[in-house]
Amino acid sequence: MLETEIRELSAEQTLPAWRRKDLLDTDTLTPAEIELIMETAEAMREVRSRPVGKVATLRGETVVTLFYEQSTRTRASFEVAAKALGADVVNLSASGSSVEKGESLIDTVRTLEAIGADIVVMRHRSSGAPYIAARHSKTSVINGGDGTHAHPTQALLDLFTMRQHLGSLAGRKVVIVGDVLHSRVARSNLWTLLASGANVVLCGPPTLLPRTLAVRTETGTCEVTTNFDEAIVDADVVMALRIQKERQAGGLIPSLREYIRGYQLNRARLERARPNALVMHPGPMNEGIEIAPDIAHGLASVIEEQVANGVAVRMAILYLVATARRK
Amino acid sequence: MTDILIRGGRVIDPASNLDADLDVLLVDGRVAEIRAGIEAPNARAFDATGCIVAPGFVDLHTHLREPGFEHKGTIATETRAALRGGFTTVCAMPNTDPAPDSAPVVQALWERIERDAVVNVFPIGTVTRRRQGKELADLSELAEAGVVAFSDDGSPVADATLMRNALQFTAALGLPLSEHSDDPVLNAGGVVNEGALSERLGLKGQPPAAEISAIARNIELCELTGGRLHVAHISTARGVELVADAKARGLPVTAEVTPSHLFLTEDAVFGPGPEPAYDTNARINPPLRTEADRRALLKGVNEGVIDVIATDHAPHAQEDKLCEFDLAAPGISCLETALGSILLLIARGELDFHRAMAALTINPVRAFALDRRAPGIGTLQPGVTDIVIFEPTARWTVDPASFASKGRNTPLAGTELVGRVRAVHVKGQLHIIEEAAHA
Amino acid sequence: MRLTREEAPEHARLVSDLAALRLPDGGEAFSVTSEQLLGPAEIARTIRRLAHEIIENNRGTENLVLVGLLSRGYPLAQRLAAAIKEFEGVSIPVGRLDIGLYRDDLDRRTTAPILRPSEMPADIDGATVVLVDDVLFTGRSIRAALEALLDFGRPARVRLAILVDRGHRELPIRPDFVGKNIPTAVFQSVRVRLVEVDGEDGVYVTGAEVPDA
Repeated sequence: MLETEIRELSAEQTLPAWRRKDLLDTDTLTPAEIELIMETAEAMREVRSRPVGKVATLRGETVVTLFYEQSTRTRASFEVAAKALGADVVNLSASGSSVEKGESLIDTVRTLEAIGADIVVMRHRSSGAPYIAARHSKTSVINGGDGTHAHPTQALLDLFTMRQHLGSLAGRKVVIVGDVLHSRVARSNLWTLLASGANVVLCGPPTLLPRTLAVRTETGTCEVTTNFDEAIVDADVVMALRIQKERQAGGLIPSLREYIRGYQLNRARLERARPNALVMHPGPMNEGIEIAPDIAHGLASVIEEQVANGVAVRMAILYLVATARRK
Repeated sequence: MTDILIRGGRVIDPASNLDADLDVLLVDGRVAEIRAGIEAPNARAFDATGCIVAPGFVDLHTHLREPGFEHKGTIATETRAALRGGFTTVCAMPNTDPAPDSAPVVQALWERIERDAVVNVFPIGTVTRRRQGKELADLSELAEAGVVAFSDDGSPVADATLMRNALQFTAALGLPLSEHSDDPVLNAGGVVNEGALSERLGLKGQPPAAEISAIARNIELCELTGGRLHVAHISTARGVELVADAKARGLPVTAEVTPSHLFLTEDAVFGPGPEPAYDTNARINPPLRTEADRRALLKGVNEGVIDVIATDHAPHAQEDKLCEFDLAAPGISCLETALGSILLLIARGELDFHRAMAALTINPVRAFALDRRAPGIGTLQPGVTDIVIFEPTARWTVDPASFASKGRNTPLAGTELVGRVRAVHVKGQLHIIEEAAHA
Repeated sequence: MRLTREEAPEHARLVSDLAALRLPDGGEAFSVTSEQLLGPAEIARTIRRLAHEIIENNRGTENLVLVGLLSRGYPLAQRLAAAIKEFEGVSIPVGRLDIGLYRDDLDRRTTAPILRPSEMPADIDGATVVLVDDVLFTGRSIRAALEALLDFGRPARVRLAILVDRGHRELPIRPDFVGKNIPTAVFQSVRVRLVEVDGEDGVYVTGAEVPDA
């Protein structure tokens, strides 16, 4: 038998059990918890690869997606994940329901609890909304994105994708470029990458960068810079964030052309990164703006894998949260 | 009316620098004697051993919510809260509905006050019509109706020309303008202090520069016009520097700070951790800021740059706070925790006792010239009626459910504070607030 | 102390963990009687016998697939395949099955099992699959394994090979190939240790005697 197989089998129960009722962000996840999610996602990926890519583990559980903000991909990803575990799924969106009629967030969540929802996957435009929902309801809350604050499942599937290609992230250089200040994807990624020992560089125009997130933790570091050409040198991973056109209207960037000139991820810049550097993007992409089309679909791009891994990672999180609830 | 003998307490009167163990005798509801060893066998005795006996506190900044927002608070409930907090006089901010921007509204307010208030209430008039910030209200009519100051609080007077004109009028009227210093464009959409917390929590921030630049503007306009400028709820270190500078130049500028800003920082929004709490009870305008700002505010009071401690008591209904952070109404209900937090700061050595006592009594009176309305207010001398008796070392835990205020919105729930009001004498009555801990 | 049947397996696990506890001086913390029933040589012999039985029953090696349950069924399946290779010169495909997602006791356990990816070496449609596990007790693991297996395809038939059968079935599951029958009490614990996972080969039965305080 291979040595890795032996090690795997011996490591039977060395990871601590999952005890969280909710998953709101990656900022308080321990390295052991992150490892557990990664291993569970690996098992889920295998399930998805079977002819029948479903199991009945969460049969009888009701998962409600409560999306106050539009999203096709994240919601669909959660729905597929929940169904692949045998759960029932109900989709609620802000339009065409009492949510729009002014029912408060807490009332909505409590109603869902009374109806029998076990897990609520929530996306909301207000930072902190899922925290308030989780505090006032017994259902489990999984944050599908809150304002500009956090998007934990995205960060975890990003990490899963990076690990597939790079193995450990310890000592790796990960550059996140774009409107970092308003990016929940960047923030949640920062926490998982720091916990994994990576060196993160946050890069973007001065008006779109945070000023206080340059940190040095016990395991990883984070730098903040406006110089993309310098930042990308020897990068192992480059993650481009979507630039919202409204930022230009708000005067935060002079023009899209200016943005492209300074911060577009294109071939010339990518050549300064490591030879097998990964190109990532949380989607949806503005091809030609934050990322050149040939790079978006080039050999280095793992963007489609991110999407595919999203289902496995979300299955893992649903599984862990559901089993923690059952205690 | 029975005579009342307050015996065995430590009597302080910041106005006259009095601080000694003395007895106080009240006859017909007014102070008759203050000296050691008073014998008054026919008087009702109040044992003030271990307590401080001081002039009733005067709050220049309270939101009574009535008329218009009675679900948040009423004159009856909020003056009861004031009483429990040791405040015998409060000035009512005009962000009500209707707002007191004309004499009839002020008149109606006086009638409600007469009917329902358990402590003294002075109305503050608006600066602009309906607080819209566009046209000046009839300021002299408001003065005649009895307002003690003008403010658009909740909002700044954003238009500089309008502010200039307002200050020229109020200068002529001899009344102060209490200004919520802010730049609404720079602050637009902000819900917390801009800095490490706002970036961590993904919330839009209010940069200190918005308050600082507004204070600077207002000070210059004060110099230009000679109007009395009272800087409401100051929250920035640099703002304190500007006020110090203005005073050094001899300008008629006063400043107030809230107990919340002296006691808390932006960390109150985050909570104890490890996960962020997004505590809407800590959302307030101006926002709670950094520890450096807090220290500068404490220093400001200790050095006399900040004259007044004013609560900015802002009760809210539960549904106004039990929601997403950026939808939550800003404001803290703090009449009943003000003294406790101030005394805890004193116990920790962060705040000077005598400066704090002056900031709660004689200084507010001087800032708004309230002794013209009520002679002797804010002092403890023969003839006055408003007295607070408090135990400075009693430890207690904040329980919002026990508030008299309708507003349970405080970030201090479960916090241990120091100092309890035992009794208050106001409007001819002695109210027992707390039985003695060592009874 | 009387245990219910539901409590017994957890208790047995606890007891065998207690048995492993040592005092600072190296002595046993609990005087739990632990008896080795099979040593390395006997295990090796048993596996060879099982391998012969499997081939005999299948009339050869055609269409045969061995699928080991994680964790210890898998190395046993590997050893069986090695033995078969030795006798017949044929390499039988070996797969591994993680049953964590199929368990019926997720509500009862205090911790959820750590999931591992399963791996099927070949198409199992129409094959003769021999499930391999170390200990057969209540039969619930095998039920879960059957469910998992059927998510991978439709074998022609499924057989069950077990190293130790300790009795006390709760479901109608019966093994086709048994290494050793070891009658036990419900509250006892049977532990199989394998070199690949535990560093040594041995089958142990642990008694539930907790000493008087």
